[in-house]
Amino acid sequence: MSSSTVATPSPQAGDSVGMSYLDTPARKFVTIYLPLIVFLIVLLFPFYWMAITSVKPDGELLSRTGNPFWVIAPTLAHFDKLLFRTAYPEWMWNTVFVSVVATAFSLAASVFAAYAIERLRFRGSKHVGLSIFLAYLVPPSILFIPLAAVVFKLGLFDTRWALILTYPTFLIPFCTWLLMGYFRSIPFELEECALIDGATRWQILTKIVLPLAVPGLISAGIFAFTLSWNEFIYALTFISSSEIKTLPVGVVTELVEGDVYHWGPLMAGALLGSLPVAFIYSFFVEYYVSGLTGSVKE
Amino acid sequence: MTFLDKLQNNRNALGVLFMLPATVLLVLFLTYPLGLGVWLGFTDTKVGRDGVWIGLENYEYLWGDAVTRLALFNTLFYTFVASVFKFVLGLWLALLLNRNIRFKTFFRAVILLPYIVPTALSAIAFWWIYDAQFSIISWMLVKMGLIDRYIDFLGEPWNARLSVIAANIWRGVPFVAITLLAGLQTISPSYYEASAIDGATRWQQFRFVTLPLLTPIIAVVMTFSVLFTFTDFQLIYVITRGGPLNATHLMATLSFQRAISGGALGEGAAISIAMVPFLLAAIMFSYFGLQRRAWQQGGQDK
Repeated sequence: MSSSTVATPSPQAGDSVGMSYLDTPARKFVTIYLPLIVFLIVLLFPFYWMAITSVKPDGELLSRTGNPFWVIAPTLAHFDKLLFRTAYPEWMWNTVFVSVVATAFSLAASVFAAYAIERLRFRGSKHVGLSIFLAYLVPPSILFIPLAAVVFKLGLFDTRWALILTYPTFLIPFCTWLLMGYFRSIPFELEECALIDGATRWQILTKIVLPLAVPGLISAGIFAFTLSWNEFIYALTFISSSEIKTLPVGVVTELVEGDVYHWGPLMAGALLGSLPVAFIYSFFVEYYVSGLTGSVKE
Repeated sequence: MTFLDKLQNNRNALGVLFMLPATVLLVLFLTYPLGLGVWLGFTDTKVGRDGVWIGLENYEYLWGDAVTRLALFNTLFYTFVASVFKFVLGLWLALLLNRNIRFKTFFRAVILLPYIVPTALSAIAFWWIYDAQFSIISWMLVKMGLIDRYIDFLGEPWNARLSVIAANIWRGVPFVAITLLAGLQTISPSYYEASAIDGATRWQQFRFVTLPLLTPIIAVVMTFSVLFTFTDFQLIYVITRGGPLNATHLMATLSFQRAISGGALGEGAAISIAMVPFLLAAIMFSYFGLQRRAWQQGGQDK
């Protein structure tokens, strides 16, 4: 099962039940479209709720009369508060910076590692490949306590570098594993021809393998960026100053003041923080899906 | 021949060189902390104070600690219930999406949204949805006449447990559905045609064609799902912080509370390490699931 076939299924394989023409439209509606619409409503409702809450004036938010699903007098006051009276823009910038740098770094390290494991086949490469997979299975929530001690000893505590250097611990295993699959799908013969023509390994990597693995690089890059953007537990543990917090952590820890929950700004913050990943995702759905499915395949 | 040329032709030397950046980083920030965590679990380290070796004292204390036992129960309950629902709903959704439907690409793209947005942020939305006074779910149920008082979603232990499980299922179903859909699309339609000619019903086709062929990918997907559910942190931390009365504390949130908020690094590390046996069990499950695949496709048992 190669990743490319997963990303673009053949049209005939899509219609798995070859007798679907026997279904009456009514039956099809009840057994397929109705459950599908219910799934869709449940899965999307929290986003709708986020959006509608973020434009509701406080009066409407806390009133018990009227229809809560709609807004009568939409307001941008919550966004105004969020963008100009909190450190939200700084958190956004921190998240972008940390995610981009960690992703770029992890991607570079992963390309070399995946090529070495999959194509150079150095002595012990199989064991290294297996340990990369095992590293991918180590969850951050059992690692963050000793990692906090390491970060502290290195003097990185409460700096962006703490995140840039620790995010690769889950990004590199993931990207390497994904890229190994892509490199495997590139025919050996291409490299053999190049070797005979006198190309060096470096030339093979940069001029033959990488151009052919561009879809894989995009998948890995998009996925790594989203993983860094969404990371929570390391950012929560290693950062304490408000101005260098990442977005998810900032919203959760700083926008909640005492017992008074400012639902408007909170929802506006959640919405704005979700939009960039949703935006990128919308452009690269296929790459994202192939990354997701490629990551769990053997 | 220069040194560089020699290096270019030595696969072992070049392999080591190419592996260097990834290895250095992973050893320093993954392997070493993992070992350090095991060691910390045997010490009484506090924040700002190096600990001394105290053997199994942390584990003995935790074994007798009611909160830790409750957290273990919560974690197992949370993982089990959420995984079962994620599997059933995810498989159902995947089967629906695999049918010949309109707007297939649209459905497939939109359904992944809960999985890709930051969990901490969608958890805030759930927190608001579960609000004791303004919950939209309570509002709807009251309007429909099903209940007459607003439900205290996060104030009652069992309500809170089920509420966070529902949020976890919401987040996890898309992942299961999309990966299983990828598995479904690799099943050749000719199996369905052949079974249809033999007179198999829809259920029989599902039971004897789809399910056996899908088993290997189900094993992998569910291993990942169990792994991530068992070690979940964000949802609980944002929605309940482990409350009410520790009723929703998972091992991960409890270790955070003890180690980072409470400063008892050694004790927190011991809680984290106590999760490892369960994780290994999940990985073994996946490993044997994968072996079964080779056997099913006529390969050799490894």
